[in-house]
Order: sequence, then structure tokens, then C-alpha cells
Amino acid sequence: MSLRTPLGRVLGLGSAHEGVHHWVVQRVSAVALIVLTLWFVLSLVRLPLGDHAQVIAWMAEGIHPVLLALLVLTAAWHSKLGVQVVIEDYVHQRHAKMALLIVNTFAHVLVAATAVLAVLRVALRSFA
Amino acid sequence: MRPRPLSPHVTVFRFQYTMIGSFTHRMTGVALSFGLIVLAAWLVGAAGGAQAYATVSAALGSVPCQVLLALWLLAFCYHLLNGVRHLVWDLGYGLEKREARRSYRVTMAAAVILWAAFAWYLFLAHAVSP
Repeated sequence: MSLRTPLGRVLGLGSAHEGVHHWVVQRVSAVALIVLTLWFVLSLVRLPLGDHAQVIAWMAEGIHPVLLALLVLTAAWHSKLGVQVVIEDYVHQRHAKMALLIVNTFAHVLVAATAVLAVLRVALRSFA
Repeated sequence: MRPRPLSPHVTVFRFQYTMIGSFTHRMTGVALSFGLIVLAAWLVGAAGGAQAYATVSAALGSVPCQVLLALWLLAFCYHLLNGVRHLVWDLGYGLEKREARRSYRVTMAAAVILWAAFAWYLFLAHAVSP
């Protein structure tokens, strides 16, 4: 006999509601990344990548720094969730799993923060 | 406590070729996660001034890095298109066996075509133009 309420079964959220949230964020970030990554790759195609002055001019121009920051943050978030599932699926030793999950989170936050700071440095220099 | 069965039960299913698409989605996803470090390094290089950017550009321009970047581009194309396939599934479409097999073949082919187009412009057209 199940102790779950009929409402709980219909909502299907589980005890902590965590699973659905993870699932939804993974998909919503995926939708955002379709736009952001295609914008980024198509921009790279047109950019003279060897020319530093032109590259930072492009980075600082108009809405570009906003989109770059969003790209990095959304990609890092999506990536963190994806790698988390891989760790949860394949690492079964309890302590190793915990350690890897923490390393995963830290590494993604570190990369995202570093990249966003770089974008800000370029974007704000144009005001200096 | 008795050991519980743990997912994913990769080995208990009869092999079907659409499994390759599923596994490739994970592998390309993890590869792209590491690619995020390269993206960050490129941005940090650009923010660090002409000297720093030249160093990062030279490193990225080396043959091993160019090969890696080309593979990352392929991983991106596949992960993007197969991700859209997953989103369509999540909306409840294309879940029949025949549809899933067809979309698998379409996704694989489209990923290679998209990769070829991007790679042409990013690696070859750039190299030619001044």
C-alpha cells in the first residue's frame, strides 16, 4: 500500500521536488542555449579572430556583452546539471560520488565567474 | 541493506543502434563541458590585452588545438541537434520506434552537414582571408 496522497501522485514531484526542478531547468537552459550558442558561433564565423582590437570591439559592442555573459552562465548551468547526472549515474561509491558532485559544482562556478569577469572587464573598459 | 539495482541498466538491454545516439549525447555533452574552459580562457585572453590575446590565440592556433576545436565543433553540432530531438520527445512527439530511428539518422546526417558548414567558415575561409 502506498502512503502517497492522490494529489502527490498526480503532481509526481517526489518527496523533495528536486528531480522535476532539475529536469525543467535542464530543458529551459537548453532552449536558451539554442539561441545563444548559434548566435555565438555565427558571430565567430564573421569575426577576424586574429585581430585583438576587432575582437574586443565586438565583445563590448551594444548587447554583445550581455549575450556573452548569458551564454557563459547558461552554458555553465546546463553543463553543471548534465555532468551531475553523469556522476550520479556512473559513480556508485558514496564518498567518491559526493566529492565529485562538489568538485563539479565548484568547477562550473569557477569557470562561469572567471568568464563573466572577463566579459565585464572588456565591456566596462569602453566606458573608461 | 541488500544492494539495490542501480541505473542505467546499459547491459541488460538488447543492443539497438539508437543507443549510440543516446550515449553520444552524453559524451558530447561532457566534452563540451570541458570546452567551456577553453571559451573562458579565450575570453580571459581577450580581456587581458593584446599580449595575452596573442598568447591564447597562438595556443589555440596550434595543430593539436585546432584538431580539438574541430572535434568540439562537431560535438556541438550533434549535441545541439540531438538536444532539439530530445526537446521534441519531451513535448510528446516522435516517440514511436520507427520515428525515433528515422530522427536518429536525420540528426546524425544533419550534424555532419552543419559541422562541415561551420568548419568551412571557421577554419578554412578564415585561413584564406587576410
